[in-house]
Formats: sequence, structure tokens, C-alpha cells
Amino acid sequence: MVVAIKTLPKERYFLPGSAACQGCPEAMGLRYVGMALGKKAIIVVPAGCTSVIQGLAPGCSVNLPVLNVPFASADAVASGLAAAKEIVGEDAVVIVWAGDGATADIGFGPLSGAAERNDNIIHICVDNEAYMNTGIQRSSLTPYGAWTTTTWTGKKEAKKELPLIMIAHKVPYVATASIGYPTDFTQKLRKAASIKGFKYIHLHAPCPTGWRFDPSKTVEIARLAVETGMWILFEAEKGKVRISPFSKPYADKSKRKPIEQYLRLQGRFRGITKEDIRILERMVDEAWETLLKLT
Amino acid sequence: MVIKSLTGNYAVAWAVKLAKVKVIAAYPITPQTTIVERLSEFVERGLLDAKMIRVDSEFSALAATWGAAAGGVRAFTATSSHGLLYMHEVVWWVAGSRIPLVMAIVTRTIGPPWNIWTDHSDIMDQRDTGWIIMMAEHNQEVLDSVIQLYRITEDPRVYLPGMIGLDAFILSHTTEPVDIPSQELVDSYLPPRRQPYVMTIKEPLIMGNIPADLKWNMKMRWDMHVSLIRAKEVIEEADREWYKLTGRSYGGLIECYKCDDAKIYVIGMGAWVGDMRDAVDRLRDEGYDVGLIKVRFIRPFPDDKIASVVKNAKLCIVFDRSISAGSAGPLFLDVTSHIHRYGINVPVVNVLAGLTGLDVTSTEISYVVKKIYDSFEKGELRNNIVWYFGGDELWW
Amino acid sequence: MSEYVKYLPLAKPKIGVAGKTGSWRTEKPIYDPSKCIKCDLCWLYCPEGTINVGVSKNEYVRIDYDYCKGCGICANVCPVKAINMVPER
Repeated sequence: MVVAIKTLPKERYFLPGSAACQGCPEAMGLRYVGMALGKKAIIVVPAGCTSVIQGLAPGCSVNLPVLNVPFASADAVASGLAAAKEIVGEDAVVIVWAGDGATADIGFGPLSGAAERNDNIIHICVDNEAYMNTGIQRSSLTPYGAWTTTTWTGKKEAKKELPLIMIAHKVPYVATASIGYPTDFTQKLRKAASIKGFKYIHLHAPCPTGWRFDPSKTVEIARLAVETGMWILFEAEKGKVRISPFSKPYADKSKRKPIEQYLRLQGRFRGITKEDIRILERMVDEAWETLLKLT
Repeated sequence: MVIKSLTGNYAVAWAVKLAKVKVIAAYPITPQTTIVERLSEFVERGLLDAKMIRVDSEFSALAATWGAAAGGVRAFTATSSHGLLYMHEVVWWVAGSRIPLVMAIVTRTIGPPWNIWTDHSDIMDQRDTGWIIMMAEHNQEVLDSVIQLYRITEDPRVYLPGMIGLDAFILSHTTEPVDIPSQELVDSYLPPRRQPYVMTIKEPLIMGNIPADLKWNMKMRWDMHVSLIRAKEVIEEADREWYKLTGRSYGGLIECYKCDDAKIYVIGMGAWVGDMRDAVDRLRDEGYDVGLIKVRFIRPFPDDKIASVVKNAKLCIVFDRSISAGSAGPLFLDVTSHIHRYGINVPVVNVLAGLTGLDVTSTEISYVVKKIYDSFEKGELRNNIVWYFGGDELWW
Repeated sequence: MSEYVKYLPLAKPKIGVAGKTGSWRTEKPIYDPSKCIKCDLCWLYCPEGTINVGVSKNEYVRIDYDYCKGCGICANVCPVKAINMVPER
């Protein structure tokens, strides 16, 4: 069920005048969540950029029910909330909207717990590849070679492969998405909402402030990530991977744009060496290899 | 009226069942485990219509319990010691969110070293959080109080979460005869759940984003404090109504035993209050005008009640089963600072005893009280904070 | 709510929680209706949702300059360069 742009609802579930930076991918992502699910969504938001993007109470830039929660607790809170909604017979889609930290680091335990229990929630990891809200510190989702305020000479460790980890949890639905491809993301959201059990969507969210690029280029960089093969759009159900249409061409290595096109637009990769680029290219190849084996 | 032999933990489970709790999320820790095991059994045998979420940690336990409560249903969790410390962040968050729920704490000391026995360190560590905090003396009170806490916390005058402490092993694993009230009785006592707001798709309500006005934020803290003060009346009411239905009263915030003509007051919380009762009887037989103040609730602190009892006392002896290291026992600190607010100048002595599970018998309690009082009478009281290690080992 | 509990950490949706964020702009998107192919991509990608489409026959796109932060994404994604960024004031 392909989603056509013209069919996406115009109702605003994210309101203008938010506290988001110019060109913010999280603001975009929240608009797409609203477009995909509308009034069915209840969003659980742990500490992260979106905690601040909501703006100052008693106002809020999000036009949906939102429960702000302690940093590591989102998946556990969502599990309890989903249980309550089922008990009271409310047809709600409980969503966790969590960044790097709340997904891969401080929130990793509760995430794994909710996945293992197959609790009926959708965990969206809005991945801007660092702890952006606290000022661009590295996370386990920061890519190799990237500058952050705690990796001044570039991160030495590889990006933790959350989607694969979630596939290994054998949950009903795992997908990757990108704010550069909203029709793909909204389609995946609706698909996830139609499944009972634990669903995981990993949303690539290029951040102008933290990655050091002009805010007009958020979409361009998100697309380059896919076009270079560095970000792979796919779905996995019952452990079987399906590469999404927008990423399919790049299964063929020769079709991928050179990764320098993606890297050179970002100030965070300014210090990258030729050797680093080779390492990153190898990582891209390996990622594709692994994923294609699961198809 | 059905009397069963129940451990404190099973009494908790029975109360949760009678309160028709809908979601339970808990993580095992000795000595709380049998609460959750019995509740699992109730649920799986169809005796309790609830969802059990077998969470991955205590942090997740309170988070999930709160998520369910915020979603509109009655929820429950239980923990002890390190588990309580692990969920401490969420303990604060729950109170500030004003969503009522009930938690049982099987009070256990804190390591290192590893130690599963009782003291009150874990629950006393939560005093600042904005929760209603109480302790029980025996298993009947445990069962009755869990039910009462649902009524108290869900009262619109309160809207705060509540925790009840029961001493590890002494209550949790010790069998006593407990009357289990009928479902009809509990249904007539507990109104349907109320809460200040619900997370629902029916309206776009947001909880917890950054406040524009810090004065408004500070007023939320004031509101929590004032709600706890208002809870005193709700607690007394809850006790009176329970008495009408069951014939059992616990005195509300405090219970006074042999206080009418007392000149010396023994003050304490928790299971060992039972031993203090025996000690008081023994001392009375020996001619000491001793009375007992059983403090049931430390939050809200029953300042006015305690002040009115001790105002003409000669001496108060507060027994603490935990220490705010570098200062004094928490109950002692609350008692002395609050009676001072009432202009009461009665000497108060703090006895630190039973920490880390070291057993304290009622004979030892009467020994300590006598020792202290006799020294006091002779004007030889070396210190008013004294540590007791059993036998005749008093460290001044 | 409750007549007793007066101060709760609650909020309601509101446009302009961060004020009139149009004041953040250093560049302003200018729309040229004559080039517009009505693809809706500018509406789709605007992070704030300040772009309305289908407004009228002559003016398919309308940008809410009270809140547009001037990020330039609309100009960047427009396939026919119907939106262009000009310096603010």
C-alpha cells in the first residue's frame, strides 16, 4: 500500500512556531507521525530534542497526547500505557519517540525488555547520531569518524547496529526509515500500527546543528545517505528482510554514489582521512552483505 | 469474615486482589518476591482480572506501573532496598505527575555488603519525594492499609502516590492470622478510581514539558506539599470508615498506647512497634509511666498529633531503624524539629537500633528505655543520640 | 481535574510556543506561482508546517511568514525552483 503525497492529511499535528532548530528533522518526523496516524497516536517522549521542541508549558507544539517521561523509561512507560489502553478498550497507537540515548544507550535495557515481552507499542528511534539535546555529545549511534564534542578527533567506534539487534529480538516488525522519504516512513508507520506486538522503526534524522550543514540541506543529506548506500531502507518481518523500493537500486554497489558526496557536505566529517573513508566504505559493504543475507 | 494464615506478602497480594487492581508490573527482589508470585497465580488462575507485565528491572517496574496508571487504570507494584533505589528517579516523577498508585516496600537494608534483612533505610530514603509513606506493624494492618491507600491516594484532595512499608521477613515472611474482608465490603469502601487527568486519544493533553513560568513550577511543588497536609484528614477519614465496616481502627496517622498518664514516650514505626507494646507493658509493671506512640505515617508527618501527645512529657525516646548518616535517625529528626515548631521543649533521645537486620527483642527495648530514663533522671545523659547493638552494648 | 489540586504539569497544543519564530529568519523563501507544478513537496518537507497548499487557484502555496524560520528546505526540495531564498529585509 504505497502512500501518495496527495493523500496525506493536511491536519496539523505539529504546530508551527516550535522551539526546533531551523531545518530540524525531528520536527519533520513528528509531522509525519501525525500524517500517518492522526488522532490515534499517544506519544511517549523521553528526554531528548523533542522534550525541548515541544516548547514551553502551558503550550506545546505537538497537537497530540504526549507523556514526557524520565530518560531511560520510555519503553516501560509505553508498555504500561498500552496495557491500560487495551483494558479500557481505547483504540490507541502507543508510540515511543526516542532519540539515540533513550534507544541505544540509557534506554537500551527497557527497550530490550519491551521487545522481548512483545508489548504492543511502536518504538521510533529518531536517530540524529549524537546526544543532540545536551549539545552534540557522542552516542553509540554516532558513526565512525564523526566529530562530536566528546570525540574531537572523530569517533573511533562503529555505529551500533540497532535495527539488526531488534531483528534478533524476533519482534513482529522492524524497519528503517528516513525523513528524506516521508511516503516510505508514513507507509511503514501505518503498517506497524496495524500489527499487534512490538514494532521498531529506526528513523534517520540528519541534524543541521550537530552534523554542521546548512539547514536547507536536511532532506538533501537524508537522500544522499540512502543514495550512497550508507543508510539502508528496509523492513523485516519474522526475521525476513525486504529492502524498500527507495534503497533497492543501491543493493548494486555500482549504483551507489561515492560516500564522499555525503560526507563532504557535513562539517562533522571535516577531519576525516582517506583511510577513514575506506573504513566507512567497507562498513557500507558489510552492512549490505549482512542485510542481503537476511532477505 | 474469612480468616487465613497469611504472610505479610500474601496479605499484600490479597489486598491488591480485593482492590481490583488492573495492571501489575514488578521485578523480583528478595524479600518482595512472594507478593508478585502470589499475584501472578491469582491472575493466571483467573481470580484477578489484571495484566501482569514481567518487566526487566525495578526502574521499568515503576515506569510501567505509572504508564498504566496515567492511562487510567488502578495499578500496583512492589519492591525493596536496591530495587527501590534503582527506581528512585521514577519515584519522583510519579509524585510530580500527581497520578495516584500504590507501591508496597518490603523494607530491607542497603548494601554493601549484601544483606537481605530488615531495616528502614530504603523507605526513609524516599521521604522528600512527595509520596504518602507509611509502615505497618502486623499483617492485618498490611492488608487493611493497602486497601486504604487506594482510597487515600485516589481522593481528589490528595492525588499523590502512596507506599507502605512492611519489615523484611518479620512481616513479609511470617504467618499471622489475617481476616480477609469480603469483596462486597471492599467494593463499598473503595470508590471507582479517580485521577486528575488521563492520557487518552480523546484529547491532546501534554504532561511534563518545560514550564515557561518557574513560579508556576514552584507552585506545583507547593501544591504537592499542601496536598500531603490535606491528606492527613483523608487518612483519618479512611481509618474511621474502615472501622465502621470492619471494626478495625489503627488510629489514623498515629496510634497511642497507654499514653493517657504517660511521662515517658517511646516512639517508633514498623513491625517492632509490636515489641515496643510488650516493652511498654513490662515497664508499666515495673512502675515506669511509659506510653507508646506508633507512628503509622511519616509523610505526611503527624506533627500536630505528636505535639499534642508529648507536650507535657518528661522524656521522649525515638527508635530509628535507619540513620541519616552524619545527622541522626530520620524519625527522630522529624519528631524533634516539628515539636520544636510547637514550642515544645521536651528532651528527646534517639536510639539507633536494629539496623542491617540486627534483631531487637522487646526485652532489649525495655532495657534500653530503662537505661536511658535512669541516666536522664540522674542528669547523667551523655548524649541524646545512642546506638544500640543488643545485650548491654549501648554506644553513646 | 480537581477543585483541590490546582497546579499540574500539563499543557495544551499551541501555535507559536517559541513565539513568532519568523523573527529567526536571515533568509526568506519567496514563492513564484508561475513556476509551481503543485507537487506539494514544499508542504511535505517544511519542518514547521508553515506552508499551506491548495490555498487558491492563483496562489497554490502560501507561506506563513509569522512562523517560517527561513531554513530553506522548501527551496532546496522544489523540483522547479518555484521557491527561492532571498536575504531577510
